[in-house]
Amino acid sequence: MAAPTAADERAEVQKLRAALPQGIVKVKDFRDETYVCLGKDDIVEAATLLRDDPDLAYTYFVECLGVDYSAWEHERDLPGRFEVVYNLFSIKNGSRIFLKVSADDGEAIPTLVGVFPGAEYPEREIRDLFGIPFEGNDPYPGQRFLLPDDWIGYPLRKEYPLGGDDVLFDLGQRGPAVEDVSMPHAGESFEGKTGSEDVSGR
Amino acid sequence: MNQQTFMPSTETVFEKTGENTMVVNMGPQHPSTHGVLRVICELEGEVIVKCQCVIGYLHTGMEKEAEYQQYNKCVVMTDRMDYLNANGNNLAHALAVEKLLGIEIPRRGSYLRVILAELSRIASHSVWLGTHGLDLGAMTPFFYIMQQREYILDLFEMFAGVRMMPSWIVPGGLRGDIPSGFDAKLRKFLDEFPGELEIVENLLVENPIWKERTYDVGVMSVEQALGLGCSGPILRGSGLAFDMRKATSYCCYDEFDFGIPVGKKGDVFDRFLVRIAEMKESCKIIRQALDGLPEGPWNSSDRKVVPPPRTELDNSMESLIHHFKQWTEGYHPPVGEAYAAVEGSKGELGFYIVSDGSNRPYRWHERPSSLMNLKALEVLAIGRLIADVIAIIGSIDIVLGEIDR
Repeated sequence: MAAPTAADERAEVQKLRAALPQGIVKVKDFRDETYVCLGKDDIVEAATLLRDDPDLAYTYFVECLGVDYSAWEHERDLPGRFEVVYNLFSIKNGSRIFLKVSADDGEAIPTLVGVFPGAEYPEREIRDLFGIPFEGNDPYPGQRFLLPDDWIGYPLRKEYPLGGDDVLFDLGQRGPAVEDVSMPHAGESFEGKTGSEDVSGR
Repeated sequence: MNQQTFMPSTETVFEKTGENTMVVNMGPQHPSTHGVLRVICELEGEVIVKCQCVIGYLHTGMEKEAEYQQYNKCVVMTDRMDYLNANGNNLAHALAVEKLLGIEIPRRGSYLRVILAELSRIASHSVWLGTHGLDLGAMTPFFYIMQQREYILDLFEMFAGVRMMPSWIVPGGLRGDIPSGFDAKLRKFLDEFPGELEIVENLLVENPIWKERTYDVGVMSVEQALGLGCSGPILRGSGLAFDMRKATSYCCYDEFDFGIPVGKKGDVFDRFLVRIAEMKESCKIIRQALDGLPEGPWNSSDRKVVPPPRTELDNSMESLIHHFKQWTEGYHPPVGEAYAAVEGSKGELGFYIVSDGSNRPYRWHERPSSLMNLKALEVLAIGRLIADVIAIIGSIDIVLGEIDR
């Protein structure tokens, strides 16, 4: 098969390339879906372009989600530790496109709330579970989204333990105990989790 | 770290916008929030000026848990997300894993999936219809429609042995074929259900109190709904005929003849009508699928993904190895990511799965249709009476298990 040329690319990608010549890091096709990897400062412009272009009309904001790539051992699309994947759908063309941006620990990503109001909830969820702040999307400062307000840590980060053994709930110091953090979690072993000491002693 | 922060208190966290307003806390134990949703409303008189949804009371960290489980063990968690539409969740997850693996399943498998998913949709809409009525003071429909849902759960019990969480649709096909007697029982249900639904519909559709509570309440335009990420009956109630079953035609949906009901105004009453009509369309789809059910296998023939039948184990060493590998190690999808979506009972229901080539997902994410739809409540409640919040929550049809996951 011949290598794909720029002319074979989907119209969305071509228009994004024309509007953001420096912004597009990579375009990936995998399993019939197109992933456009962008610099994180271009995401608002790219989303606005996709929404407002009359031929593309990506008016339906499906969702966005975060991925922590700190334990990833394969080739990456983007350099930063975290990736946020935006999922947009065009009702007019019946097509879907994914936009990817990346951020390192502590870096903020511009919010899409101004383009799609529906981005508020998923972005707050990502902030809650991954600790990626979204600039301009913090309507209730100091509050967590899915977790209790005094929860410590970001559960979907790879270094965060699964738990299941001992989670201390004392005096508002919520979150996993210190000994859990250093413990490997195979996720499969039930050794020591079932039965009680009485049983083994009998 | 303040020890008192987890005590429910509306004053400490909620910033009022006006001077002469009152803050009313609703939930998380309110009967009409369908679970554990907390809504904080700021009222001026009886009119809402600000509304905040507080969620997370049912957060169980399933997405984290899934990263430690093999793909076929993740299936049981999907049921427990949107527990009213368990088959739909199973289907979305199965399609996403199959897309990642690059396998397709035989047509009989797809047809059986369609039957199960549509039954689940009817069951889910039945619960919605009953509880929506209860919220607004109509008690009788609940009794009629829950009886019908009971018959659907009996059907689920017939093939899976489980009533609410069948986990029957797995990557690679289904766990088994439908049992004997299922066809006849399902046909009996399909014959009786539309008439029973009509009884319930007639109890509400011309009821003056019902109309009073739902007409012109919570009106949402198509543009608003799309920007908010709303999908499913809410979007269709606003007048856009968008349905994932037609738009992407997964699972042979293009072989069935069915319509997409749409509303005109986008108020609570329109969403009510859309869901009622959808149940009738689902009945049509199930009947067509039953009539045209192809013969043949219902599972993929890829032995790396689907365990071999029990009879093969006695004769074939290779099958025994496959069986053993399947239940101890699972399968290894190629490195990459995949997203597959279905039309669930609440809207677009998708799974985004990232694989690093191991037998466990690197990232496993559900597109929560209820969470995206819930945002509409904060928008639609503004300027309405506090009693309308109940009607709007009911018409959005949320399941907190899916919102919090």
